[in-house]
Amino acid sequence: MWAAIIVAGVGCYLLKLTGLSLPERVLSHPTVERVADLIPVALLAALVTVQVFADGQALTVDARALGLGFAVVALLLRMPFLVVVVGASVVAALARLV
Amino acid sequence: MTEPSLSAAERSGIIRDGLAVGVATGAYGIGFGAVAVSSGLSVAQTCVLSLLMFTGASQFALAGVVAAGGAPMSGAATALLLGTRNTLYGLRMAPLLQWRGWRRVGAAHVLIDESTAMAVNRGTTEGARLGFLTTGLSVFVLWNLATAIGAVAGEAVGDPRTYGLDAAVGAAFLALLWPRLQDRRNILVAVLAAAVALSIVPVAAPGVPVLAAGGVALLVGVLARRQDPTEIPGPDDVAGGHR
Repeated sequence: MWAAIIVAGVGCYLLKLTGLSLPERVLSHPTVERVADLIPVALLAALVTVQVFADGQALTVDARALGLGFAVVALLLRMPFLVVVVGASVVAALARLV
Repeated sequence: MTEPSLSAAERSGIIRDGLAVGVATGAYGIGFGAVAVSSGLSVAQTCVLSLLMFTGASQFALAGVVAAGGAPMSGAATALLLGTRNTLYGLRMAPLLQWRGWRRVGAAHVLIDESTAMAVNRGTTEGARLGFLTTGLSVFVLWNLATAIGAVAGEAVGDPRTYGLDAAVGAAFLALLWPRLQDRRNILVAVLAAAVALSIVPVAAPGVPVLAAGGVALLVGVLARRQDPTEIPGPDDVAGGHR
């Protein structure tokens, strides 16, 4: 675990420094920009679904899905981040009590 | 210097905005600390992530992949992929900030969504530097403090299922994704990526489905024709940036 943390931490710093150090034209190819814009969207969407609907290698719908439902409503209502996250936890915890 | 100097009122306005963003993102830090510990990281590992990596989405990603049972290095790879957007921010910010040498080496560490958002529209190098530094430093201090508080609190909770902390992770990722879902192409990519990841879950090792979903970004990015400007966040896109 420590190795992964150090590798990813130093790597993320170098990605930042590279951006500040290279001339702007180096990565100005439109395809590169499009892919780079879309990577966070794809990864975050995948992280949401895996986090909520996967249990190891099994697909499940459980209390976490109710938590995600709350998060959608809270985001639609423009609630702040902490309300979204804490509310989702509370909804899931309550659902498990029932 | 042909640029006019900032007035005292402009300076204090920029500083106030930067501090407000720092306070707002500090709140995310509590969430990150709690989520990381409930994912199986130690308090020390969680705090080192915030100090060393210092880019929220990547940190959440590493913790999230590990929480799903993925290998730590799969988590690191996901974090690095998410970190590439900071490279694009750097390319945009370098001509504005015009820092060289050790100042650039130091500034790079606080090059994140928030500092970029609060500096990119300032118009002058002086204004951009001030917005970048006040936002970057206030987020850095508060993010790390909040991480430590969240991590200690998360450890006290113990089993993450007790208070539904396992559901908090998905909600946190959705909140990070939400501002990017204003564009039709982005929504399409998000839905495809989610479908790809879910369909691979039963057959691949944990951690792999998320990385595979990154392939959707590659595919759509290469196939798409429509031009669009690089998505650099503005003040409206970060917590506390718009009042």
